[in-house]
Amino acid sequence: MELHLSDAAASPEERAALDELLGPAVPPALPDARVRFLEGRVARGGHELASRRTLLLPALHALQSRVGWISEGGLNEVCARLDVPPAEAYGVASFYALFRLEPSPPTVVHVCDDLACRLRGARELVEALEAEAPEDADAGGWTWVRSPCLGMCDQAPAFLAQRAGRPDVSLGGASLAAIRAAVAPEATVTCAGAVSAPQAWDPAARSGLRLLRRVGRVDPTSLDDYRAHGGYEALRRAIELGPAGVIREVTDAKLLGRGGAAFPTGVKWRAVAEQPVRPHYVIANADESEPGTFKDRLLMELDPFALVESLTIAGFATGAERGFIYIRGEYPLATERLELAIEQARRRGFLGPDVMGENFAFDIELRRGAGAYVCGEETALFESIEGKRGEPRNKPPFPVTHGLFGRPTVINNVETLVNVPLVLELGGPGYAAIGTEGSTGPRLFCLSGHVERPGVYEVEHGARLGDLLDLAGGVAGGRRLQAVLLGGAAGGFVRPDELDLPLSFEGARAAGATLGSGVVLVIDETADLGDLCLRIARFFRDESCGQCVPCRVGTVRQEEALLRLVRGRTLGTRADEHARLDELARVMRDASICGLGQAAAQAIGSAVAKFDAFDRTGGSA
Amino acid sequence: MSVPVPLAPPRRLVEVTVDGRPVRVPEGSTILDACRALAIDTPTLCYAPNLTPVNACRVCVVEITGARTLVPACSRPVEAGMEIATDTERVRHSRRLVMELLGSSVDLSLAGEDWERWTRAYGADPERFGARMDPLPAGERDRRRAGHHHEPEDPTVAESVAQPVTIDNELYVRDYARCVLCYRCVEACGEDAQHTFAIAVAGRGFDARISTEFAVPLDESACVYCGNCIGVCPTGALMAKREHDLRREGSWDESRQRITTTICPYCGVGCELEVHVQDDEIVKVTSPADHDITRGHLCIKGRFGFAYVGRRDERSASRRDRADPAP
Repeated sequence: MELHLSDAAASPEERAALDELLGPAVPPALPDARVRFLEGRVARGGHELASRRTLLLPALHALQSRVGWISEGGLNEVCARLDVPPAEAYGVASFYALFRLEPSPPTVVHVCDDLACRLRGARELVEALEAEAPEDADAGGWTWVRSPCLGMCDQAPAFLAQRAGRPDVSLGGASLAAIRAAVAPEATVTCAGAVSAPQAWDPAARSGLRLLRRVGRVDPTSLDDYRAHGGYEALRRAIELGPAGVIREVTDAKLLGRGGAAFPTGVKWRAVAEQPVRPHYVIANADESEPGTFKDRLLMELDPFALVESLTIAGFATGAERGFIYIRGEYPLATERLELAIEQARRRGFLGPDVMGENFAFDIELRRGAGAYVCGEETALFESIEGKRGEPRNKPPFPVTHGLFGRPTVINNVETLVNVPLVLELGGPGYAAIGTEGSTGPRLFCLSGHVERPGVYEVEHGARLGDLLDLAGGVAGGRRLQAVLLGGAAGGFVRPDELDLPLSFEGARAAGATLGSGVVLVIDETADLGDLCLRIARFFRDESCGQCVPCRVGTVRQEEALLRLVRGRTLGTRADEHARLDELARVMRDASICGLGQAAAQAIGSAVAKFDAFDRTGGSA
Repeated sequence: MSVPVPLAPPRRLVEVTVDGRPVRVPEGSTILDACRALAIDTPTLCYAPNLTPVNACRVCVVEITGARTLVPACSRPVEAGMEIATDTERVRHSRRLVMELLGSSVDLSLAGEDWERWTRAYGADPERFGARMDPLPAGERDRRRAGHHHEPEDPTVAESVAQPVTIDNELYVRDYARCVLCYRCVEACGEDAQHTFAIAVAGRGFDARISTEFAVPLDESACVYCGNCIGVCPTGALMAKREHDLRREGSWDESRQRITTTICPYCGVGCELEVHVQDDEIVKVTSPADHDITRGHLCIKGRFGFAYVGRRDERSASRRDRADPAP
């Protein structure tokens, strides 16, 4: 393949940004006769060049964050350096919501108007912004767009400012004034990092915490402090046990995945460890994008070394020498803290060719997503790391045999991984004694919306949903509860008479609900469920990768049908519209490639079934 | 004298049941192969025998006992003992809905007789999602950014990919109002045939589209005009300009066309050509997808370099002129 690039050249600034990431460009070889003869007949670089494709996303990030958009010249330069055809690089760049492919004001403010922020004034904020300047128009050096959930639900409403040449900032308590302050050229704001974990701040509640035990007490920027709080004792224990011993403990602990699918972690690890094919990879899925979820952000911002250590244990147990943390692009502070943690761990021999002097090699690369919910799907995440569009693969084959770069891969959610040190500390059976028979261990929940004290809460599996609400102080302002959205946009709505629901995998399943990623979005009587459902429909329509028909078109038709119901402009009767919605839900659930499409109608279906949401808000046709 | 030369080791046979009927197919076969071995009519759209299956359209889904979701027949390999059902209510529902979703958003009037038959057989009625939206201005869909769609103004019309035809070169047109995003053209342009990579899928979700970098015209892209994308397009979204023009003036008539099989005259590779002739004029050149050498793919010369044939008279006339400069 010969690259065909246009004449557009990168600016010195763009080139400098790429130099910083990729090293200086290698000048072309001297055109001697032999080289001229070979021109266009051989591919130079071979495997080494092919392996550079994985740097595509980091390279696009470098351009976007330096100059605020990706120009034709900039893209050409990336293509030339990484040997990627420009059409493919454009296809990748245009897949992500945080990249802009046309000249753009240097600051872009993403204003969250997703579920939790909506319940906390995001719609009013968006209206106020509209009055200031239309969405996506240049408002004098900056612009704003509406955004899906930014994972700042505890501080809703929230916004993310992408600023060319300066670090991005993600802030809660969004207001016109706060946004103006962040976009000012001389602005000095930084991420506040005040993610809430009310239990950790409360001396009485603090002693019972396991996953959050260090949160708020440890200095997240200091490896020494982490070690002073028990850090790296679990890795020491893992080395004593040996890889097979670690997997045995994790299996005995009956640790189930916390990302939503509840797959047994021990089974996954063993399957990869047993694969003769090398290399193996381990990945921490930190692409936490389920609306209403921010627990992984809390862990990464306030206890980042715990993730680094946990992933190292996973690598040790499954025979992987290379690990990746794929973190969503909207988490600037967590990214910064993890970068620092990885760098310190490497410098002090906790990562590298000889970890802790114990004769095994392991290192971690941090990769940033760029605004794509679907990249939290494990196979889409592989594609994204490989420098391709984040389109989920068909399964089988499964990641344990054909994962990242087609190799056996362990991929776990952040929360799942940070349970592993606890498993090793307590021993598998000791850990399994916590929680219920079918759902062992502690669990993090993200409380947001109309709740008195939003934040991340840790309880043992099996606690009642009502108890969790009580922990967080109940419905804000003492108002009446209308509903709880459990598990996120891919979860379902729960009625106030279901607060006895036990928070365990089997308890949720029995109630026809799911814990999903631990979202507990509290909705009081004043909220409009129909509006929330429409936002969910918009979310899935925006976040569908577009690969398969049921999801690509189904999410569009679902939003249209809901709008018709809300506006009272039905095709046929209201019953016809509901029948159509059911049919769409079935084809998306049955025939979509991945979990995104399969779950795209779930929450809306539960709102219709349990709350009759769309007859209440729509009026009659 | 002729002894068969084995090209691959013999493959084990795997037994599965399809709709209760047992069938043995070679290991590594797909469910679609098994269905076809039993002559079960299975709708497909994105699948092409000469390309890697991408299982994107989902119209071929079947039900497997024990599986949570339906699976695509075109790409899923059979496993011993697999129980496959192709005609359950669940399968029929998903197939019909896929047909309706596509029909409500894409112009499928040139998707062929098979597609028409399947949509009738499954009772697909795309209209029930509302009338298809009017075409958007040229280039509008190319400018859409991932993750930022606007609420539809009129939800009683079905959003569609309707847009004007792109004509930016002399050899072929791109009518993306007919594009079902089957990925076939991208595969043919890239790893499955041509290795040119002039086009890719850009954008996301419903706004995903086939595009060159920054949507530049084809002649500014890496395109080498092999036309293999046209050769694999199932819906007439990509079409030779000649065919497009004849269709537009209403004179394209496949019933008046003869297909002659021959060997490409240009080089020594020996590509098989199917020359489509209407009214003594070559109107199209294709190659069979199951041909050993081409697998249906050609180069610019084989596919488009036929204009000289019709000029034989002019040419021999000019030769005569050269031989005999008098009078």
